Amino acid sequence: MITRMIMARLGVAVLTLLIVSVVVFVATNMLPGDVAQIVLGQAATPEAVAGLRKAMHLDQPAVLRYIFWLGGMMTGNPGTSLVNDVPIVTLIGGRLHNTLLLAAVTAAFSVPIALTLGITAAMWRNTLYDRLVSFATIAVVSVPEFMVATIAVLIFAVHLHWFPALSFANDVHSLGELLRVFAMPVISLSFVVSAQMIRMTRAALIDTLGQPFVEMARLKGAGRVRSVLTHALPNAIGPIANAVALSLSYLLGGVIIIETIFNYPGIAKLMVDGVATRDMPLIQTCAMIFCFGYLALVTVADICAILANPRLRYK
Amino acid sequence: MTKHTDTIPETRRRMLGAGSLTISMVGAICFCIILFWVVIALVGPWLAPYPIGKIVSMDVFTSPSRDYLLGTDYLGRDMLSRIILGARYTVGVSIAAAFIACTIGVALGMISAVLGGWFDTIVSRGIDALIAIPHLMFGLVIIAAIGSSLPVLVGTLAFLYFPGSFRIARALAVNINELDFVQVAKARGEGFFYTVREEILPNMIGPVLADFGLRFVFIVLLLSGLSFLGLGVQPPNADWGALVRENVSGLAYGAPAVIMPSLAIASLTISVNLAIDNLPRRLRDRLP
Repeated sequence: MITRMIMARLGVAVLTLLIVSVVVFVATNMLPGDVAQIVLGQAATPEAVAGLRKAMHLDQPAVLRYIFWLGGMMTGNPGTSLVNDVPIVTLIGGRLHNTLLLAAVTAAFSVPIALTLGITAAMWRNTLYDRLVSFATIAVVSVPEFMVATIAVLIFAVHLHWFPALSFANDVHSLGELLRVFAMPVISLSFVVSAQMIRMTRAALIDTLGQPFVEMARLKGAGRVRSVLTHALPNAIGPIANAVALSLSYLLGGVIIIETIFNYPGIAKLMVDGVATRDMPLIQTCAMIFCFGYLALVTVADICAILANPRLRYK
Repeated sequence: MTKHTDTIPETRRRMLGAGSLTISMVGAICFCIILFWVVIALVGPWLAPYPIGKIVSMDVFTSPSRDYLLGTDYLGRDMLSRIILGARYTVGVSIAAAFIACTIGVALGMISAVLGGWFDTIVSRGIDALIAIPHLMFGLVIIAAIGSSLPVLVGTLAFLYFPGSFRIARALAVNINELDFVQVAKARGEGFFYTVREEILPNMIGPVLADFGLRFVFIVLLLSGLSFLGLGVQPPNADWGALVRENVSGLAYGAPAVIMPSLAIASLTISVNLAIDNLPRRLRDRLP
């Protein structure tokens, strides 16, 4: 039963990715202008334009072009950049691990902190501590990511002088330099992701705390801490894992802003630069990578929820 | 995406009764702030002390002074005037986009819920796929493809946020659709649109309004993000996100020009969030 549900969920994920690829393809081909003309510029001869149109399959119907495009994506050959003729795989290859590293460090940093805060806030619910945590998280969730980053820079770089305001990860030679380069992006991104995670963890645990078996534990005389840690928490693992994976998907939005602010050489910065030069193949590829990452996290979140629900095991 | 809302049991709510006055105080203050920004957006051009593009001071990134209440920006323009005029773009574009998103989402959600069957299945699956698109990323893709202008921004933001609105509206409408009075209306031969308009919509209007507020916050944040990346409102006009972008070089000196537009955004979005949290529960959770 449970294997079938997970397989079904994975099937839905693949189907969703297909639909998303259609949406991305349609969106990037919406402009009525002729890409070949744009690439070659106004001075190009009609023959040259026609030749390039043929080479780029622009003379084919849209459905065929979509299939070519999708095939290229899946075989790891998404084409070449319109701006500097470099294969997109090369452009992205140099940058992808930077972004993944940033995401991994942020996750390693924020997940333990967020879980601790979320669980303790639920444990001492409606106390001053809980209200403070709740207000702080709602404030961080309600403001744009760049504001979190600018405030972090003001505090840690401008006033405390702990880190340089802007980092360039081009020449990193020692652990100390690595720390300095990573510090500001990771701190800013952690705030954004943690706030979401704390809220969802707290809500998930409070949901469980409202159930009869926890009330029973309290009636038997278990204290607040014990009833949360040994009775409620094991039953809330599923929703909490779900919350963690979903919150991590906020990394994808945050990383675009954070990489731009701190001039961090990851693929989000690459994509934003691509938008400025209208480098469509590059944008499409980055977009699909982002959608894939997002979908993977959301799917993991759902699978956690399936795995953690014991009722599903015996249906 | 799942949204968890805290549910407070009835007894607990009574116990909190004493505190309810202060809670509604917070709500009232938040409503005043929201109203303030809406009024500023409407009458901004008559309030701004200096013309929007005019360089009024030789000093850039100055601190607040009597002449320039919020200091000056990177070109020596008056920050107060720019923020007042930026309110038009941030508030105006966001309200328009949120309104379109909610109208489409709620209408489609109700139709889907009442019709059911294969129509519901196809629409719901399609919307599920749209929800799986990261918003800011997709905003970048569309702006890259068609370029940035106000109609494109409103359309893009509405397109990105109507799926969420659809999901909530559909879930609400599915529940209401099962209730006796809807079944009675159907049984006495009322038409499809009458049922949707007169029986279902009035009974979900509270949560739909709360959802409108939340969507407005998301849209303000995304619009600010796009403008911050230079892809939203284009110069010489600027919304609050674009104002932060213009002045971000002053960050290293802690210039007020970077902070003030951010504070404007924060005051608006936090107010809307808190105002929704402090709505009377009867209005917000008017569920069957």
